[in-house]
Amino acid sequence: MDLKLKIWRQQGPDAQGKFVEYLVQNISSDASFLEMMDILNEELVAKGEEPVAFDHDCREGICGMCSLYINGRPHGPDTAITTCQLHMRKFKDGETVVIEPWRAKPFPVIKDLMVDRSAFDEIIQAGGYVSVNTGGVPDANAIPIKKENADLAMDAAACIGCGACVAACKNASAMLFVSAKVSQFALLPQGRVEANNRVENMVAKMDVLGFGNCTNTYACEAVCPKEISITNIARMNREFFVAKIS
Amino acid sequence: MSNTLSYSSITKKIWMSLFGLFLMTFLVVHLSINLLLLFDPSRELFNIAAHFMGTNPLIQIFQWVLFAGFGFHIILGVILQIQNWMARPKGYKVKGTSEDSVFSKYMIYTGMIIFVFLIIHLGNFFVLKMQGDVPEFHQPGAGEMEDMGLLVVNLFRNTGYVIFYVIMLLLMGFHLDHAFQSAFQSLGLTHNKYTPFIKGLGHFYSIVITAGYIIIPLIIYFR
Ligand code: FES
Repeated sequence: MDLKLKIWRQQGPDAQGKFVEYLVQNISSDASFLEMMDILNEELVAKGEEPVAFDHDCREGICGMCSLYINGRPHGPDTAITTCQLHMRKFKDGETVVIEPWRAKPFPVIKDLMVDRSAFDEIIQAGGYVSVNTGGVPDANAIPIKKENADLAMDAAACIGCGACVAACKNASAMLFVSAKVSQFALLPQGRVEANNRVENMVAKMDVLGFGNCTNTYACEAVCPKEISITNIARMNREFFVAKIS
Repeated sequence: MSNTLSYSSITKKIWMSLFGLFLMTFLVVHLSINLLLLFDPSRELFNIAAHFMGTNPLIQIFQWVLFAGFGFHIILGVILQIQNWMARPKGYKVKGTSEDSVFSKYMIYTGMIIFVFLIIHLGNFFVLKMQGDVPEFHQPGAGEMEDMGLLVVNLFRNTGYVIFYVIMLLLMGFHLDHAFQSAFQSLGLTHNKYTPFIKGLGHFYSIVITAGYIIIPLIIYFR
Protein backbone atom coordinates (compact mmCIF):
# COMPACT_ATOMS: atom_id res chain seq x y z
CA MET A 1 0.00 0.00 0.00
CA ASP A 2 1.04 3.59 -0.61
CA LEU A 3 0.67 6.31 1.97
CA LYS A 4 1.17 10.03 2.27
CA LEU A 5 2.75 10.90 5.61
CA LYS A 6 2.67 14.31 7.21
CA ILE A 7 5.28 14.20 9.93
CA TRP A 8 6.24 16.81 12.51
CA ARG A 9 9.94 17.61 12.09
CA GLN A 10 11.76 19.65 14.69
CA GLN A 11 15.54 19.90 14.84
CA GLY A 12 15.78 20.33 18.59
CA PRO A 13 13.96 21.45 21.73
CA ASP A 14 14.12 25.12 20.86
CA ALA A 15 13.88 24.84 17.10
CA GLN A 16 10.81 25.87 15.12
CA GLY A 17 9.18 22.70 13.90
CA LYS A 18 7.04 22.09 10.85
CA PHE A 19 5.14 19.36 9.09
CA VAL A 20 6.97 17.65 6.23
CA GLU A 21 5.30 15.40 3.69
CA TYR A 22 6.69 12.04 2.67
CA LEU A 23 5.44 9.36 0.32
CA VAL A 24 5.97 5.73 1.25
CA GLN A 25 5.25 3.04 -1.31
CA ASN A 26 4.71 -0.71 -1.40
CA ILE A 27 4.19 -1.06 2.33
CA SER A 28 2.86 -4.47 3.31
CA SER A 29 -0.42 -4.38 5.20
CA ASP A 30 1.20 -6.91 7.54
CA ALA A 31 3.94 -4.46 8.48
CA SER A 32 3.76 -2.76 11.81
CA PHE A 33 3.49 1.01 11.96
CA LEU A 34 7.02 1.34 13.29
CA GLU A 35 8.35 -0.94 10.53
CA MET A 36 6.76 1.45 8.08
CA MET A 37 8.60 4.28 9.86
CA ASP A 38 11.84 2.24 9.62
CA ILE A 39 11.34 1.83 5.87
CA LEU A 40 10.82 5.57 5.54
CA ASN A 41 13.95 6.25 7.59
CA GLU A 42 16.05 3.84 5.49
CA GLU A 43 14.92 5.67 2.38
CA LEU A 44 15.77 9.00 3.98
CA VAL A 45 19.23 7.78 5.01
CA ALA A 46 19.82 6.43 1.48
CA LYS A 47 18.99 9.86 0.15
CA GLY A 48 21.37 11.45 2.63
CA GLU A 49 18.56 13.06 4.63
CA GLU A 50 18.13 12.98 8.36
CA PRO A 51 15.89 10.13 9.55
CA VAL A 52 12.77 10.90 11.59
CA ALA A 53 13.44 10.58 15.32
CA PHE A 54 10.82 8.65 17.26
CA ASP A 55 10.84 6.76 20.54
CA HIS A 56 10.63 2.97 20.71
CA ASP A 57 12.29 0.17 22.58
CA CYS A 58 10.69 -3.21 23.20
CA ARG A 59 8.30 -3.16 20.23
CA GLU A 60 6.26 -5.67 22.22
CA GLY A 61 3.79 -3.28 23.80
CA ILE A 62 5.29 -3.51 27.27
CA CYS A 63 7.85 -0.77 27.74
CA GLY A 64 5.76 2.31 26.99
CA MET A 65 8.45 4.08 24.96
CA CYS A 66 6.66 4.32 21.62
CA SER A 67 4.55 7.45 21.51
CA LEU A 68 3.07 8.70 18.28
CA TYR A 69 -0.07 10.77 17.90
CA ILE A 70 -1.49 9.36 14.69
CA ASN A 71 -4.43 10.98 12.92
CA GLY A 72 -5.71 12.65 16.06
CA ARG A 73 -5.26 9.74 18.43
CA PRO A 74 -2.40 8.60 20.64
CA HIS A 75 -1.13 5.20 19.46
CA GLY A 76 -3.28 5.42 16.34
CA PRO A 77 -6.68 4.17 15.28
CA ASP A 78 -6.69 0.80 17.06
CA THR A 79 -7.78 0.39 20.68
CA ALA A 80 -5.90 -0.97 23.68
CA ILE A 81 -2.53 -1.14 21.94
CA THR A 82 0.67 0.84 21.81
CA THR A 83 2.03 2.35 18.59
CA CYS A 84 4.46 -0.56 18.17
CA GLN A 85 1.52 -2.98 18.10
CA LEU A 86 -0.33 -1.01 15.45
CA HIS A 87 -0.44 -2.60 12.01
CA MET A 88 -0.72 -1.07 8.60
CA ARG A 89 -3.90 -3.02 7.85
CA LYS A 90 -5.64 -0.42 9.98
CA PHE A 91 -4.99 2.11 7.21
CA LYS A 92 -6.34 2.39 3.67
CA ASP A 93 -4.22 2.47 0.56
CA GLY A 94 -3.58 6.08 -0.43
CA GLU A 95 -4.51 7.43 2.99
CA THR A 96 -2.88 10.54 4.43
CA VAL A 97 -1.45 9.85 7.86
CA VAL A 98 -0.59 12.76 10.13
CA ILE A 99 2.00 11.92 12.77
CA GLU A 100 2.60 14.30 15.67
CA PRO A 101 4.48 14.14 18.96
CA TRP A 102 2.63 14.09 22.32
CA ARG A 103 1.68 17.68 23.04
CA ALA A 104 1.84 18.91 26.63
CA LYS A 105 3.80 21.58 28.43
CA PRO A 106 5.47 19.04 30.74
CA PHE A 107 6.41 16.86 27.70
CA PRO A 108 8.70 19.13 25.66
CA VAL A 109 9.74 17.91 22.22
CA ILE A 110 13.35 16.71 22.13
CA LYS A 111 13.48 16.12 18.41
CA ASP A 112 10.86 15.39 15.75
CA LEU A 113 8.42 12.94 17.35
CA MET A 114 10.38 12.32 20.54
CA VAL A 115 9.24 14.03 23.71
CA ASP A 116 10.83 14.21 27.13
CA ARG A 117 8.61 12.29 29.52
CA SER A 118 10.86 12.53 32.56
CA ALA A 119 8.05 14.51 34.21
CA PHE A 120 6.47 11.10 34.85
CA ASP A 121 9.67 9.91 36.54
CA GLU A 122 9.57 12.96 38.77
CA ILE A 123 6.01 12.11 39.81
CA ILE A 124 7.08 8.57 40.64
CA GLN A 125 10.04 9.89 42.63
CA ALA A 126 7.61 12.02 44.62
CA GLY A 127 5.99 8.93 46.14
CA GLY A 128 5.29 6.14 43.66
CA TYR A 129 7.07 3.48 45.68
CA VAL A 130 6.95 1.50 48.90
CA SER A 131 9.87 2.17 51.21
CA VAL A 132 11.69 -1.05 51.90
CA ASN A 133 13.99 -1.31 54.86
CA THR A 134 16.63 -3.96 55.13
CA GLY A 135 15.90 -7.12 57.02
CA GLY A 136 14.54 -10.56 56.35
CA VAL A 137 12.25 -11.12 53.39
CA PRO A 138 8.67 -11.32 54.67
CA ASP A 139 6.68 -14.41 53.80
CA ALA A 140 4.54 -13.68 50.72
CA ASN A 141 1.48 -15.32 52.24
CA ALA A 142 1.77 -13.75 55.66
CA ILE A 143 -0.46 -10.77 54.74
CA PRO A 144 -3.90 -11.73 53.51
CA ILE A 145 -5.14 -9.63 50.58
CA LYS A 146 -8.63 -9.70 49.16
CA LYS A 147 -8.61 -11.23 45.68
CA GLU A 148 -10.67 -8.33 44.40
CA ASN A 149 -8.12 -5.79 45.61
CA ALA A 150 -5.21 -7.83 44.31
CA ASP A 151 -6.86 -7.85 40.88
CA LEU A 152 -7.56 -4.12 40.92
CA ALA A 153 -4.00 -3.40 42.02
CA MET A 154 -2.68 -5.57 39.20
CA ASP A 155 -4.91 -3.78 36.70
CA ALA A 156 -3.60 -0.42 37.89
CA ALA A 157 -0.02 -1.69 37.82
CA ALA A 158 -0.44 -2.54 34.14
CA CYS A 159 0.19 1.15 33.36
CA ILE A 160 3.38 1.41 31.31
CA GLY A 161 3.66 5.18 31.68
CA CYS A 162 3.59 5.89 27.96
CA GLY A 163 1.76 9.20 28.42
CA ALA A 164 -1.05 8.53 25.95
CA CYS A 165 -3.52 9.70 28.60
CA VAL A 166 -1.82 13.10 28.75
CA ALA A 167 -1.61 13.26 24.97
CA ALA A 168 -5.29 12.47 24.50
CA CYS A 169 -6.65 14.65 27.28
CA LYS A 170 -7.88 18.02 26.07
CA ASN A 171 -6.39 19.44 29.26
CA ALA A 172 -3.11 17.51 29.06
CA SER A 173 -3.93 16.08 32.47
CA ALA A 174 -1.86 13.27 33.93
CA MET A 175 -4.58 12.10 36.29
CA LEU A 176 -4.97 8.64 34.76
CA PHE A 177 -1.26 7.91 35.04
CA VAL A 178 -0.90 9.29 38.56
CA SER A 179 -4.08 7.59 39.74
CA ALA A 180 -2.90 4.22 38.43
CA LYS A 181 0.37 4.63 40.28
CA VAL A 182 -1.43 5.75 43.45
CA SER A 183 -3.98 2.94 43.18
CA GLN A 184 -1.57 0.07 42.71
CA PHE A 185 -0.23 0.79 46.20
CA ALA A 186 -3.35 2.16 47.86
CA LEU A 187 -5.14 -1.13 47.27
CA LEU A 188 -2.53 -3.24 49.02
CA PRO A 189 -1.71 -3.36 52.73
CA GLN A 190 2.00 -2.82 52.03
CA GLY A 191 1.17 0.43 50.28
CA ARG A 192 -1.31 1.71 52.88
CA VAL A 193 1.42 2.65 55.33
CA GLU A 194 2.60 5.59 53.22
CA ALA A 195 -0.70 6.12 51.39
CA ASN A 196 -1.50 9.62 52.64
CA ASN A 197 1.90 11.12 51.99
CA ARG A 198 2.13 9.36 48.69
CA VAL A 199 -1.06 10.74 47.20
CA GLU A 200 -0.43 14.28 48.46
CA ASN A 201 3.15 14.37 47.21
CA MET A 202 2.42 12.82 43.82
CA VAL A 203 -0.51 15.13 43.17
CA ALA A 204 1.52 18.15 44.29
CA LYS A 205 4.31 17.15 41.93
CA MET A 206 1.87 16.62 39.08
CA ASP A 207 0.46 20.13 39.62
CA VAL A 208 3.87 21.77 39.87
CA LEU A 209 4.99 20.16 36.62
CA GLY A 210 2.14 21.93 34.83
CA PHE A 211 -0.16 19.10 33.83
CA GLY A 212 -3.78 20.19 33.35
CA ASN A 213 -6.74 19.45 35.58
CA CYS A 214 -9.02 16.50 34.92
CA THR A 215 -12.46 17.49 33.65
CA ASN A 216 -13.78 13.93 33.52
CA THR A 217 -13.80 13.82 29.75
CA TYR A 218 -12.53 10.22 29.79
CA ALA A 219 -10.53 10.46 26.56
CA CYS A 220 -7.59 9.05 28.55
CA GLU A 221 -9.35 5.79 29.30
CA ALA A 222 -10.38 5.44 25.66
CA VAL A 223 -6.82 5.58 24.36
CA CYS A 224 -4.96 3.83 27.16
CA PRO A 225 -3.10 0.85 25.69
CA LYS A 226 -3.48 -0.94 29.01
CA GLU A 227 -7.14 0.05 29.47
CA ILE A 228 -6.54 1.68 32.83
CA SER A 229 -9.94 2.56 34.22
CA ILE A 230 -11.01 6.06 35.23
CA THR A 231 -12.28 4.55 38.48
CA ASN A 232 -8.62 4.85 39.49
CA ILE A 233 -8.99 8.63 39.21
CA ALA A 234 -12.01 8.52 41.48
CA ARG A 235 -10.01 6.39 43.92
CA MET A 236 -7.18 8.91 43.86
CA ASN A 237 -9.62 11.77 44.50
CA ARG A 238 -10.94 9.82 47.48
CA GLU A 239 -7.46 9.03 48.75
CA PHE A 240 -6.48 12.66 48.37
CA PHE A 241 -9.53 13.91 50.21
CA VAL A 242 -8.99 11.50 53.09
CA ALA A 243 -5.29 12.40 53.24
CA LYS A 244 -6.10 16.11 53.34
CA ILE A 245 -8.62 15.90 56.14
CA SER A 246 -6.69 13.40 58.24
CA MET B 1 -0.37 34.45 44.25
CA SER B 2 -3.73 33.99 45.89
CA ASN B 3 -4.57 30.86 47.83
CA THR B 4 -7.16 29.74 45.32
CA LEU B 5 -4.47 29.46 42.69
CA SER B 6 -2.13 27.47 44.86
CA TYR B 7 -4.76 24.95 45.93
CA SER B 8 -4.07 21.56 44.45
CA SER B 9 -5.92 20.52 41.32
CA ILE B 10 -7.97 17.93 43.20
CA THR B 11 -8.94 20.33 45.99
CA LYS B 12 -10.23 22.75 43.40
CA LYS B 13 -12.17 20.03 41.67
CA ILE B 14 -13.73 18.82 44.90
CA TRP B 15 -14.94 22.35 45.65
CA MET B 16 -16.06 22.72 42.07
CA SER B 17 -18.26 19.64 42.33
CA LEU B 18 -19.64 20.51 45.77
CA PHE B 19 -20.70 23.98 44.57
CA GLY B 20 -22.05 22.40 41.40
CA LEU B 21 -24.19 19.90 43.32
CA PHE B 22 -25.44 22.70 45.54
CA LEU B 23 -26.46 24.75 42.50
CA MET B 24 -28.22 21.70 41.08
CA THR B 25 -30.41 21.43 44.15
CA PHE B 26 -31.19 25.11 43.79
CA LEU B 27 -32.37 24.51 40.23
CA VAL B 28 -34.89 22.00 41.52
CA VAL B 29 -36.30 24.47 44.05
CA HIS B 30 -36.44 27.24 41.47
CA LEU B 31 -38.17 24.98 38.95
CA SER B 32 -40.80 23.83 41.41
CA ILE B 33 -41.69 27.47 42.10
CA ASN B 34 -41.79 28.29 38.38
CA LEU B 35 -44.12 25.39 37.76
CA LEU B 36 -46.69 27.04 40.02
CA LEU B 37 -47.32 29.43 37.15
CA LEU B 38 -48.62 26.54 35.09
CA PHE B 39 -50.78 25.03 37.78
CA ASP B 40 -52.27 28.32 38.85
CA PRO B 41 -52.82 30.75 35.94
CA SER B 42 -54.12 33.39 38.39
CA ARG B 43 -50.43 33.67 39.53
CA GLU B 44 -51.50 33.69 43.16
CA LEU B 45 -49.52 30.61 44.19
CA PHE B 46 -46.45 31.78 42.34
CA ASN B 47 -46.64 35.22 43.90
CA ILE B 48 -47.06 33.79 47.38
CA ALA B 49 -44.01 31.59 46.83
CA ALA B 50 -42.00 34.48 45.38
CA HIS B 51 -43.11 36.68 48.28
CA PHE B 52 -42.01 34.03 50.74
CA MET B 53 -38.62 33.63 49.02
CA GLY B 54 -38.23 37.40 48.94
CA THR B 55 -39.09 38.07 52.58
CA ASN B 56 -38.28 35.00 54.68
CA PRO B 57 -35.20 35.96 56.76
CA LEU B 58 -33.63 32.50 56.50
CA ILE B 59 -33.94 32.55 52.75
CA GLN B 60 -32.59 36.08 52.66
CA ILE B 61 -29.43 34.80 54.33
CA PHE B 62 -29.39 31.72 52.16
CA GLN B 63 -29.57 33.89 49.08
CA TRP B 64 -26.05 35.12 49.78
CA VAL B 65 -24.86 31.55 50.23
CA LEU B 66 -26.32 30.89 46.82
CA PHE B 67 -24.56 33.87 45.26
CA ALA B 68 -21.33 32.71 46.86
CA GLY B 69 -21.94 29.24 45.43
CA PHE B 70 -22.30 30.67 41.95
CA GLY B 71 -19.30 32.93 42.46
CA PHE B 72 -16.92 30.21 43.62
CA HIS B 73 -18.12 27.74 41.01
CA ILE B 74 -17.46 30.30 38.28
CA ILE B 75 -14.11 31.51 39.61
CA LEU B 76 -12.82 27.97 40.14
CA GLY B 77 -14.07 26.94 36.71
CA VAL B 78 -12.24 29.80 35.05
CA ILE B 79 -9.00 29.16 36.97
CA LEU B 80 -9.10 25.44 36.14
CA GLN B 81 -9.75 26.20 32.49
CA ILE B 82 -6.92 28.70 32.18
CA GLN B 83 -4.54 26.20 33.75
CA ASN B 84 -5.79 23.59 31.32
CA TRP B 85 -5.15 25.80 28.33
CA MET B 86 -1.69 26.54 29.67
CA ALA B 87 -0.95 22.84 29.98
CA ARG B 88 -0.92 22.50 26.18
CA PRO B 89 0.70 25.59 24.71
CA LYS B 90 1.04 23.99 21.29
CA GLY B 91 -1.99 22.11 20.05
CA TYR B 92 -2.38 19.28 17.57
CA LYS B 93 -2.87 19.66 13.85
CA VAL B 94 -5.47 16.91 13.87
CA LYS B 95 -8.03 17.49 16.61
CA GLY B 96 -8.56 14.67 19.07
CA THR B 97 -10.67 11.82 17.79
CA SER B 98 -10.77 9.71 20.94
CA GLU B 99 -14.12 8.68 22.29
CA ASP B 100 -15.10 10.92 25.16
CA SER B 101 -17.96 12.61 26.88
CA VAL B 102 -19.12 15.20 24.30
CA PHE B 103 -20.58 17.89 26.54
CA SER B 104 -17.52 17.79 28.79
CA LYS B 105 -15.52 19.47 26.02
CA TYR B 106 -17.69 22.56 26.07
CA MET B 107 -18.21 23.10 29.82
CA ILE B 108 -16.35 26.43 29.86
CA TYR B 109 -18.38 27.71 26.91
CA THR B 110 -21.77 26.52 28.14
CA GLY B 111 -20.73 27.81 31.55
CA MET B 112 -19.90 31.26 30.20
CA ILE B 113 -23.21 31.42 28.34
CA ILE B 114 -25.10 30.42 31.48
CA PHE B 115 -23.22 33.16 33.33
CA VAL B 116 -24.35 35.77 30.81
CA PHE B 117 -27.88 34.42 31.06
CA LEU B 118 -27.68 34.61 34.84
CA ILE B 119 -26.76 38.30 34.66
CA ILE B 120 -29.63 39.05 32.27
CA HIS B 121 -31.96 36.95 34.39
CA LEU B 122 -31.00 38.81 37.57
CA GLY B 123 -31.49 42.06 35.68
CA ASN B 124 -34.96 40.99 34.60
CA PHE B 125 -36.22 40.05 38.01
CA PHE B 126 -33.94 40.52 40.95
CA VAL B 127 -32.85 44.09 40.18
CA LEU B 128 -36.41 45.21 39.40
CA LYS B 129 -37.55 43.75 42.66
CA MET B 130 -34.72 45.39 44.58
CA GLN B 131 -35.69 48.73 43.08
CA GLY B 132 -39.35 48.15 43.96
CA ASP B 133 -40.37 48.42 40.31
CA VAL B 134 -42.66 45.40 40.41
CA PRO B 135 -46.44 45.99 40.09
CA GLU B 136 -48.65 45.14 43.06
CA PHE B 137 -50.69 41.97 43.09
CA HIS B 138 -54.24 42.38 44.37
CA GLN B 139 -56.27 39.32 45.04
CA PRO B 140 -59.06 39.14 47.61
CA GLY B 141 -57.72 37.34 50.66
CA ALA B 142 -54.15 37.12 49.35
CA GLY B 143 -52.88 40.24 51.06
CA GLU B 144 -50.52 42.79 49.56
CA MET B 145 -47.57 41.52 47.57
CA GLU B 146 -45.60 42.08 44.41
CA ASP B 147 -46.83 40.56 41.18
CA MET B 148 -43.59 38.79 40.22
CA GLY B 149 -45.70 36.38 38.19
CA LEU B 150 -46.79 39.20 35.89
CA LEU B 151 -43.15 40.05 35.13
CA VAL B 152 -42.54 36.44 34.13
CA VAL B 153 -45.70 36.12 32.08
CA ASN B 154 -45.01 39.37 30.23
CA LEU B 155 -41.54 38.23 29.34
CA PHE B 156 -42.81 34.84 28.24
CA ARG B 157 -45.25 36.50 25.83
CA ASN B 158 -42.34 38.07 23.99
CA THR B 159 -41.33 35.83 21.04
CA GLY B 160 -37.70 36.91 21.04
CA TYR B 161 -37.31 36.35 24.75
CA VAL B 162 -38.94 32.91 24.62
CA ILE B 163 -36.56 31.78 21.85
CA PHE B 164 -33.59 33.20 23.77
CA TYR B 165 -34.74 31.53 26.99
CA VAL B 166 -35.25 28.14 25.37
CA ILE B 167 -31.79 28.20 23.76
CA MET B 168 -30.16 29.25 27.03
CA LEU B 169 -31.91 26.50 28.93
CA LEU B 170 -30.90 23.88 26.36
CA LEU B 171 -27.27 24.92 26.78
CA MET B 172 -27.70 24.69 30.53
CA GLY B 173 -29.05 21.17 30.00
CA PHE B 174 -25.85 20.21 28.15
CA HIS B 175 -23.83 21.66 31.02
CA LEU B 176 -25.84 19.72 33.58
CA ASP B 177 -25.69 16.46 31.66
CA HIS B 178 -21.93 16.28 32.03
CA ALA B 179 -21.89 17.99 35.41
CA PHE B 180 -23.99 15.51 37.34
CA GLN B 181 -21.93 12.37 36.92
CA SER B 182 -18.75 14.41 36.79
CA ALA B 183 -19.38 15.75 40.29
CA PHE B 184 -19.60 12.23 41.66
CA GLN B 185 -16.43 11.20 39.83
CA SER B 186 -14.55 14.22 41.21
CA LEU B 187 -15.70 13.44 44.71
CA GLY B 188 -14.44 9.91 44.25
CA LEU B 189 -17.91 8.46 44.61
CA THR B 190 -17.74 5.66 42.10
CA HIS B 191 -18.91 2.14 42.52
CA ASN B 192 -19.40 -0.84 40.21
CA LYS B 193 -23.03 -1.08 41.12
CA TYR B 194 -24.10 2.51 41.65
CA THR B 195 -22.13 4.46 39.04
CA PRO B 196 -24.28 3.31 36.09
CA PHE B 197 -27.31 4.38 38.12
CA ILE B 198 -25.77 7.79 38.82
CA LYS B 199 -25.00 8.27 35.15
CA GLY B 200 -28.60 7.42 34.29
CA LEU B 201 -29.85 9.71 37.02
CA GLY B 202 -27.68 12.50 35.63
CA HIS B 203 -29.25 12.19 32.19
CA PHE B 204 -32.68 12.00 33.78
CA TYR B 205 -32.02 15.04 35.96
CA SER B 206 -30.71 17.18 33.11
CA ILE B 207 -33.57 16.23 30.79
CA VAL B 208 -36.29 16.76 33.41
CA ILE B 209 -34.84 20.06 34.61
CA THR B 210 -34.33 21.40 31.10
CA ALA B 211 -37.71 20.23 29.86
CA GLY B 212 -39.37 21.56 33.02
CA TYR B 213 -37.94 25.05 32.60
CA ILE B 214 -38.54 25.15 28.85
CA ILE B 215 -42.14 23.98 28.93
CA ILE B 216 -43.22 26.95 31.09
CA PRO B 217 -42.55 29.76 28.58
CA LEU B 218 -43.85 27.61 25.75
CA ILE B 219 -47.18 26.96 27.47
CA ILE B 220 -47.54 30.58 28.58
CA TYR B 221 -46.65 31.81 25.10
CA PHE B 222 -49.23 29.64 23.37
CA ARG B 223 -51.88 29.91 26.08
S1 FES C 1 8.10 0.08 21.96
FE1 FES C 1 7.75 -0.75 23.92
S2 FES C 1 5.63 -0.44 24.13
FE2 FES C 1 5.97 0.18 22.08
